[in-house]
Amino acid sequence: MSTVHTHVDTHVHDAHDHGPAKGWRRWVFATNHKDIGTMYLLFSLAMFFVGGVMALIIRAELFQPGLQLVDPMFFNSMTTMHALVMIFGAVMPAFVGLANWMIPLQIGAPDMALPRMNNFSFWILPFAFTLLLSTLFVEGGAPASGWTMYPPLSLQTGPAFPMSIFAIHLMGASSIMGAINVIVTIMNMRAPGMTLLKMPLFTWGWLITAYLIIAVMPVLAGAVTMLLTDHFFGTTFFSAAGGGDPVMYQHIFWFFGHPEVYIMILPAFGVISEIIPTFSRKRLFGYDAMVYAIASIAFLSFIVWAHHMFTVGMPLAGQMFFMLATMLIAVPTGVKVFNWAATMYKGSLTFEPPMLFALAFVFLFTIGGFSGLMLAIAPADFQYHDTYFVVAHFHYVLVPGAVFAIMAAVYFWLPKWTGRMYNMKLAKTHFWLSAIFVNVLFFPQHFLGLAGMPRRIPDYSTQFADWNMVSSIGAFGFGFAQILFLIVILQSIRGRSGVKATDKVWDDGMPQGLEWTLSSPPPYHSFEVAPEVK
Amino acid sequence: MAHADSTHAPTDKYYVPHSSPWPIVGSIALFTTVMGASLLLNDAGSGPLVFTLGLVLLAIMFAGWFGDVIKESEARVYNQAVDRSFRMGMMWFIFSEVMFFSAFFGALFYARQYSVPWLGGEGSKFFTNYLLWRDFEASWPTNGPAAVGGDFEVIPAFGLPAINTAILLTSGVTITIAHHALKAGNRMLLNVFLAATFLLGYLFVYLQAHEYIEAYRELNLTLGSGIYGSTFFMLTGFHGFHVTVGAIMLTVIWLRCLKGHFTPTNHFAFEAVAWYWHFVDVVWLALFVFVYWL
Repeated sequence: MSTVHTHVDTHVHDAHDHGPAKGWRRWVFATNHKDIGTMYLLFSLAMFFVGGVMALIIRAELFQPGLQLVDPMFFNSMTTMHALVMIFGAVMPAFVGLANWMIPLQIGAPDMALPRMNNFSFWILPFAFTLLLSTLFVEGGAPASGWTMYPPLSLQTGPAFPMSIFAIHLMGASSIMGAINVIVTIMNMRAPGMTLLKMPLFTWGWLITAYLIIAVMPVLAGAVTMLLTDHFFGTTFFSAAGGGDPVMYQHIFWFFGHPEVYIMILPAFGVISEIIPTFSRKRLFGYDAMVYAIASIAFLSFIVWAHHMFTVGMPLAGQMFFMLATMLIAVPTGVKVFNWAATMYKGSLTFEPPMLFALAFVFLFTIGGFSGLMLAIAPADFQYHDTYFVVAHFHYVLVPGAVFAIMAAVYFWLPKWTGRMYNMKLAKTHFWLSAIFVNVLFFPQHFLGLAGMPRRIPDYSTQFADWNMVSSIGAFGFGFAQILFLIVILQSIRGRSGVKATDKVWDDGMPQGLEWTLSSPPPYHSFEVAPEVK
Repeated sequence: MAHADSTHAPTDKYYVPHSSPWPIVGSIALFTTVMGASLLLNDAGSGPLVFTLGLVLLAIMFAGWFGDVIKESEARVYNQAVDRSFRMGMMWFIFSEVMFFSAFFGALFYARQYSVPWLGGEGSKFFTNYLLWRDFEASWPTNGPAAVGGDFEVIPAFGLPAINTAILLTSGVTITIAHHALKAGNRMLLNVFLAATFLLGYLFVYLQAHEYIEAYRELNLTLGSGIYGSTFFMLTGFHGFHVTVGAIMLTVIWLRCLKGHFTPTNHFAFEAVAWYWHFVDVVWLALFVFVYWL
């Protein structure tokens, strides 16, 4: 480099020789994948509590029949905003944060492939959510048409309407940039010898997720853009009077929406496939099958969307196709669940917090999968549609599914990130409270749904009173249990919890990825010279 | 193809910039722009000001960010691996754009195959027509059973649109000639044919604007002309926006060529813009066939 004397040249040396910048610049101007990953995770944690408070407002109102606490319109705003905040603010950024931290470490790369864009994709999010959450304070209130924003109802939203649409555009841009970064990092930055079928499953899960994100987030952008022009510029995409069709919105939306729910679960599959072998002291059973199963699920996610809309009036052939394609998903998902079970078979199991969360994931996600199969049956779905049974179903796959996997991942890798073990007792308490209360919260909702209680309604008939009360008690129990999660994390970050973590953290034998060859915490710049993978 | 210039041996290390102000500037710019757009749509007085401020910030961000990357590229701090990252990144960005257009093409096909025939009573939708829109006969183009926006005429495919097709296809040839010239080290030919490419791009946008004016003034074909007007203007409008952006990018690349940037083996930015240009070309062909012609 000495032959080229430019301003940029000195800049290059800075890039490799220095540690983190001082003060706020380290975070605001960040290009380091660990710093950006940390910001993603903390942002997601904050949004988890914001969305959680909204959920508690919903459950507080539903504690008893009758209208007690909030205006019905505000109740509908809460169900809408709770979903948008949890999906785009909590679950997706948490997985992107994990990807940022772990993918370069797992594949032996010095950083993410496109570091500046990495920072851009993070910093868009706080602004997008400022925009979205500020709709709570505008005239007419926040969007209240459900997170799916079906027209014509969503077109009646007041001044909050363009703000929420543009917030979704920004979130989409952020997700697309994050996904491009993940794909390019994995396809271009693997250490020599790290062939695709040697990659850790978390990285695999994310690679496939990233393809899903790039394929469907732009479709969501298109759908909400059509809403915007229908509202403000006189187009009639979703109005039969002009030759359009409100059902068309549902098709376009769910073409995005179904892959979207897999975007929230495939990285979770990856996390669980890392944790179960570690605490079973065995290699993952059927590694190749696990990879192909994730890929099959991702493929199928594109051809099942209309199972969200069986009741809109679809040709019979359409209902048959979407019903059977949906049921097909149970095959690769079953492969995964049985492989996790086979991994544990005859293993020497121990039950540290990550393993507890992973085990709960396997059991409870499977319950969510079974109720999904029930919903896939078109004639049965006519009964379940838009009832609390659907709410119970998707909360089983998202809370003890995606969210438990995120918590498992945090408890798994937190000592690697901070260099210190955390308070195991508190973490286990957090687990048991969460695992018990999540069932108290969501299991009764199956009963409510089968008995006919509709979703997105602030009041209900008195025969639903008992199970709603139980569910609300579960909600507050689950909500307050998460304060323990916050305490465990903060203690570990501040180094209050004592014991220093070893490089391998959990066991000398089993966690075998490249991330465990680094110190805990890893150096600010890791793998500047690529490791050799055999 | 080797893309690193062998005369300036690039560093073996993957270049990771130390810190950059542009992402946060970009985030603030995007926020200001969409906030301004929201205010505009909600008829708030501050809308135009905030929106303009956002656009200015966006322009500053693009200039600053790309400026940094160009400086680093010209200082040869990027090795082959960085070059590959840029290539893959651009490819997947274009793929995301393809999916964005797919949503609107999907709307077009859905309207033509399903919603309009259903409103006309096709198949099991007899009663939709009989009870709600008894006088409506399905046809294309249409502005729906309520004749939203009033009677309109469409732009015939083999007039201006066919000329525009020829223009874009020609520009695809000229940029390929420019690329070969760049690889052969013929800078004169490169500069001329790259200029021809973006001039054809601007000509396309000019003719498209002309077509829009004619549609609004003479044919009563507007964005509000039912589902035909909606799909027509949204598809051609987003395409026209992409051509404009592409032509601006080509202009920037041309200015860089004039400054002597790029070598026969190291010219990722040129190729990225060329890919983008071919992408808008392909979208246009689909538009010409499915929006104007069939």
